[in-house]
Order: sequence, then C-alpha cells, then structure tokens
Amino acid sequence: MTEPPPAPKLPVSLAANPKLSSWIRFSTEGHVTISPGKVEIGQGIVTALAQIAADELDVDIGRVQLVRASTAASPNEGVTSGSLSVQQSGRAIRQVCAEVRQIFLGVASDRLGVGIEALDVKDGTISGPGNIRTSYWELAEEVSLERDAIPGAIPKPSAQRVLAGSSVQRVDIPDKVFAHPRFIHDSALPGTLHGRVLRPELYGAKLVALREDAARGIAGFVNIVRDGNFVGVVSETEHSALTTLGALRKGAAWSSGETLPDEDGLAEWLKAQPVESTLIDRKTASRANEKTRTIRRQYTRPYIAHASIAPSCAMAQWTQDRVRVWTHSQGVYLLRTDLALVLNLPIENITVEHLEGAGCYGHNAADDVALDAVLLAKAAGGRPVRVQWSREDEMSHGPFGAAMAIEVEADLDAHGEILDWRHSIWSNGHAARPGRAALPALLAGTELANPFPRTISANPPQANGGGGDRNSIPLYDFPAWQIESHRLLTMPIRTSALRTLGAQGNIFAIESFLDELAAERGEDPVALRLRHLRDERARDVIRSVARRANWKPQKQSGTGYGIGFGRYKNTGAYCAVIAEIEGAQDISVRRLTIAVDVGEAINPDGVINQIEGGAIQATSWVLKERVRFDRQRITSNTWTGYPILRFSEVPDVDVELIQRPECDSVGAGEAAHGPVTAAIANAVFDALGVRVRNLPITRDSLIASMELTA
Amino acid sequence: MPHVRFRLNGVETDVEADPDRSLLDILRGDLHMTGPHFGCGVNECGACNVMVDDHAVASCDTPLWSVAGKEIVTPEGLGTAGRPHPLQRAFIAEQALQCGYCVSGILMSAAALLKRNPKPTAAEVKAALDRNLCRCGSHNRMVRAVLRAAAELEAP
Repeated sequence: MTEPPPAPKLPVSLAANPKLSSWIRFSTEGHVTISPGKVEIGQGIVTALAQIAADELDVDIGRVQLVRASTAASPNEGVTSGSLSVQQSGRAIRQVCAEVRQIFLGVASDRLGVGIEALDVKDGTISGPGNIRTSYWELAEEVSLERDAIPGAIPKPSAQRVLAGSSVQRVDIPDKVFAHPRFIHDSALPGTLHGRVLRPELYGAKLVALREDAARGIAGFVNIVRDGNFVGVVSETEHSALTTLGALRKGAAWSSGETLPDEDGLAEWLKAQPVESTLIDRKTASRANEKTRTIRRQYTRPYIAHASIAPSCAMAQWTQDRVRVWTHSQGVYLLRTDLALVLNLPIENITVEHLEGAGCYGHNAADDVALDAVLLAKAAGGRPVRVQWSREDEMSHGPFGAAMAIEVEADLDAHGEILDWRHSIWSNGHAARPGRAALPALLAGTELANPFPRTISANPPQANGGGGDRNSIPLYDFPAWQIESHRLLTMPIRTSALRTLGAQGNIFAIESFLDELAAERGEDPVALRLRHLRDERARDVIRSVARRANWKPQKQSGTGYGIGFGRYKNTGAYCAVIAEIEGAQDISVRRLTIAVDVGEAINPDGVINQIEGGAIQATSWVLKERVRFDRQRITSNTWTGYPILRFSEVPDVDVELIQRPECDSVGAGEAAHGPVTAAIANAVFDALGVRVRNLPITRDSLIASMELTA
Repeated sequence: MPHVRFRLNGVETDVEADPDRSLLDILRGDLHMTGPHFGCGVNECGACNVMVDDHAVASCDTPLWSVAGKEIVTPEGLGTAGRPHPLQRAFIAEQALQCGYCVSGILMSAAALLKRNPKPTAAEVKAALDRNLCRCGSHNRMVRAVLRAAAELEAP
C-alpha cells in the first residue's frame, strides 16, 4: 500500500493571511494591485514580487502595482528581515496568483462556454478557440476575491516563467534618481509640524532639571512635551525645532549615567557577565582516533552600528484617540503592537503605514523615532508631526549589532585531523525588535515618568536561524562537536538585530580557525574545505569561486589571498569568497571574487547587487568599524568617529551567480558578510603571516596581533 | 529679514530669510525641494550635496549668504524623467543603487566632476566621490554609471 501524498499546504505567509483580497486586487482599467506585507528597504523586493505576480498571472509587469504595507489593509507578514522576503512573500504571492488565475479561468470558462483547458491568458486577456475572449479587467467586478485561499493551486513550473530569472529593472530606481519624493524624509503632509527629542549625552542619564523659558521664546515654537526623562519640542519649522532643541539642551541638567564596559577589554567583560547558556547542538562520534592535542583560539567582533545614511524619521497624527503613524520600520504590525502597549490603547486605534527610508540593515532607530513622533504629536492639536533624529543620536541611541567573543577548540589526531570541535559564544542577544514581548522595546518607553524596563535582547530560536548562535553549527563533516551560546543578561549597551545577527562573527571564527588548521597541516585551505563538505551545492560555490579567482594565484610580496565560505543560517544562500588584499600596515582589499547560490534567482541582477553591497559593507565592518565608547558615553557618534569604507577604498567585486531554477528562492542580502569577513582575515594571514582574531583589522589590531605572534 | 538672490535650477530666486541659515534648510524648508537630503549636518556624508557654480558643495554646511548671486543646481535641476541627464540615465542603466538615499548627493558630485573633467578615469571618479558616503555598498556600480555617462556625453 502506498502512502497518500501529503495534503497540500499553503505557504506560511498565506496560511497566516489567507484572504485572497488582502493580497491582490484587479481594476477594470487594466491594473493588478499586489499588497505584500514585506517592505522595500532598498533590497529591490517590490520588483521581485512584481516579477513573480506578472509571471504567474500572465500580465505585463507594467500592469502590476505594489502597495506599501499598512496595518489598515496589508497581510501581516511580521518583519522584513532575515533575507526571507522572496522566500515568504514571494511564495505567498506566487500561490495567490496561481489560485486567482484559476478562479478567473473558471469564470471565463462559464462565460465563454468552453473548458478551462481550452483557454489561454496573454497580458491579462483570456482567449479561447474561435477568437472568443475576455480579460481579468472585464471580469474584475464579477469575480470576488473575498475568500480564503485553498491549498492545492499549482504554480507554473519554473520553465514556463518568463520574468523570473531575468534582470528586470527595479521599479523604485527612477524616482530615486530623479529626486521624486519617495522617502519618508521627503514626504511632508500639509500642515506638518516638526519635532525633535532631547536625549542625554551620557548613557542612561536622568533629567534632573529643565529650564524651558528660552526655548519657549523662539519663533515658531509650538510646544514642549515632557514625560519623565522624555523631552521633546514641537515647532512650526525644522529650523525652529532645531533652534528650540538647542535652547532646551542648554536649560537641561542631567544626572550621571550608567557605567559602560571597557572597550579595550570587551572579551573579558563579555565572559564575566551573568549569562543564560544554551546547548545549541551536540554531535558525538561513534569511534575516533586518539587525540594527540587540542588547539584553542578566541575570536571577537566589536559592537557595530547600523549607521544608516539617513537619520531615522517618522510622522504621526492624532485624531481624538486615534493615531496614524508613518514609518520606515521593518514591521508595521510589530511596531503597532508596541505603540499600543506604550500608549495603553487598543490596536484598532493605531494605524501604521510604511514609507521608504534609507537602508537600515536591521533594527535601527526606525521604530524608536515612530514612538517619539506619536508622543510629540499628542501636543500638536491634531496636526501631523514629523520627527527626525540627529546624526549623533542615530549613532549613539539606536540599537547596535552585538559584540561577540567566540572560542573555538579542536581536538586533533596525530595527522592533524579534527576529532572533536567545540564552539562557544558570549554575546548579548541579537534581537530586541518591537512587537515580540509583553513589554515594549521602544526607546522612549524607557524614558517616561512611568517607564518600561529596557528590553534585554534575546536570540531567535534555532528554527528561525538563531541569533548569537546563527551559523555556529559547522557545515563540515567533523565527527563530533558541541556548540554553546552564552547570552548576556545585562545590557549596558543596547543591542538588536544587525544584518546577519551572529552569523558574521561565527563564520569569521569557524573559517579563520579552519584556515589556521590548514596552515598547520600545510594543506590547501580550499582542498581542506572540500574534503569536509558533502553538500554538492556547498562544494559547487567553493569550486566555482576557486576557478574564477584562479586559486591560488602566484603570491607576490605584500599581497595575500584567503577564502571564506558559509551557507547563511545553514538553510539559506550558499556563498564562497576569495579575497585579494595588499598592504603591510594598512590593509586594503583589492578584489573580492564571489560565487553564490540562492536557488531560483528571481532577479539575477538584484541578487548580484545585494551580494556586491553585502560584500562591500562587510569589508567596511572588517577594516573600519567599531562602536567606540568611554565609561559613560558612546563617543563614535559622527562619521569621523565612526568611519565607513569610502569610494577610494572599495574593492572590485566579481560575482558568479549559480542559477538553480528548480530550487526554492532564498534571500541574498546577508549571504556575503560572514564569508567576506573570513576571506579578508585569511588573506591578511596569507600576506603577512599575522593572524588577526579581533575585528576590526586595523593598523592597531595588526600591531597587537604581530606582538602576540612574536 | 534680508533678501538673498541666486539662480536655482535656472530660475531667478529671491529668499527672505536669516542669511546664516544653511542652504539645505532653505532648500528643503522654504523652497520645498527634497532632492538634497539631510544626512549629518556637518559636511561629512555628501547626502545634501548641490552644485554651486559647478562645484559640488555640502548644502548643510553652506550658509545662505554665501550663495548670493550664484548658480545653484539641485538634483531636481539635473534632468527629468522626460529629459534625463546622462548621469540619471546611466544610474538607471547600471541599477547603481540600493536604497538610494545617498544618490542625489552623489549625482551632484558626479555632475560637478564631469563639468571639469569630461573624461575621467575610474580612479578620478572614485576620488571625486570620496567624500560621499554610501552604506549599501553600491560604489562600484556608481563608478561604472559615471563612466558610462561620461562616454555618452563624449559621443557625438
């Protein structure tokens, strides 16, 4: 007896939001409107989703209009993060369109009096034998999509898709190049007032006194809002808001703040904190050779800033006890949940709508500024209030990517082969996004007279890719391992999701350590990796990148080559990188050669753009970035204090995309960071014989590592 | 309040305002031009760059009084969807951005470069854009786009 095939299931986003009309609408004028729950953050998602819809429906992509996420109408797809937008939203929209196409064909079949199988769809026109025809647009009013999706509609096989796999130009780029207002920063509503919030320079300082008279006398002054340590101004113009804020700053007296860790002893500090320890994975060997020695290494990465080019911005407008919020948050529903908690309002009274912001690279201050705007707008007599953070606040009060200390230890046999592998992580949690807990995670919530406690960052579960432990389980076939994560229960420096969460640090540690073992054995690091990998897609990206970079090029004095590999979250995109670097005191990365496999690449140029961008951002993290602080304040709150990679320092990036139309699409935005980080560090060792285990790789860290080596 | 006069995107413009206010604040706050973007306020990122007499300058750090009688071009004045500047065409052709917030300032730096050096090398493009920050990592595409625009400008 054969097992019946498993019952068809809806994609996860569609199962959570089954009503077809929440995803798609047709107009009689010949347009189809797609309403995803994911948002554009510069990753090109709206274009990829338009491609998927146009393919499945057989309409020209020019007819597809994407609407921005809003809690008023959009499906709730949680947060736009984790390189899951194509995977989750894309699959839902493909499924919706497949079913809706069948619904329309059914109605057309009745109307035209021929079987569905005799009908064909071309750019929305449904035609059958003998020139009979109708269209989506003609039937739009007749077909009700006010019904739930039914599992079972079968999307087209990949070979029949026309747009998927082609590099359609992104739909949002012309506006951005022609300076048409598209960003929230540029989208003022009529009658908009401007707000600014006064934040302390010292971390966690309390407002002990505030003189308001000078501020109140400034032209354009509208109001001051004070609630505990939360203080803000509302003014008629941005200029007035800034001037008023300056006057208020002069009139404010703050207590001393909290003590921050010693930035030069981060690893020791991380390992000395109270932690919650989790065994992430354990693998035991059935039998093993005799252990002859153990090697242990420690790798660290600093706190890293999101450092968006645009300071976070939001608008809010109250009408009686209802508030409308415009935000560049990555999760409109999640933000609404936390706003309701802070305001003690039913969620129905709050509407949160997305407008594009600058790239955020994770959980930055986007959600915080939305609460700021909501609080200030209460004192604006029903007018909308736009709040924008200062550069300094953006670089010091928003959440940071968590610092990490990672110990890797391997037992080796007499041949230098790995018998057992142990990987331990000390780090704050990597996620304190809003909308996930019983208490709100928004900054101003901690500043109110009746404050909410600061949310101590947690880690997403392994099933969702994990947090500090992301990518900590080796992809290699070592016979035994034990992976542990120690999450800090104190959080003097605020952390939350930064692109890749813990994956950058863990891949840096694993791939550096492997490189050290290869060097000790005198084995080629590419060969060593291939010897320990069974997954053909993993082997393919490594072989492809080695071929493309002519591994291993003849070594010249002052240059070095290194490889790094990872599969993001161990379930996502495969990525292998070879870095070519030069330099002795200051390292410059000349070239990054990359091979990547994201399964079916819906928009190949979009994928390559994400990989290039991720590679360059990772180079910046590796060579430059480190949040600086003294014992009282974040000091790296300008671009001078927190430099990022400049045009003259950017490496050439050469990407080979391995297309696999038969495999599910996975995201590309975070695949490159870990492998690039490791490849650069390994290339530095190749060039200089110096192993840098503490990021960033700067002149200072090179000297420190040389001293250790000596 | 004193009046300050200048040409803005080819149009004679007269602003009555405190002459110490920044050009960026005047452009965005008074003239409702949202092409120049605020990024840092202290001339460290280039998001607010405009052209003043064919030079790229940070408008956040430029007082209004200093542009009296000058010719100012903002991203809005570079070209339009109907009549795009070769740089705008090239940035679309190369898909030379991700989030795009820095792009308006980068277009201004690039336009100023092409005015003084119509045939730049890649290294010269990078040098001209070195004070503009991009966080998404679209640098190489932007350099290619500027070189593409230069080639188009040169073509008869």
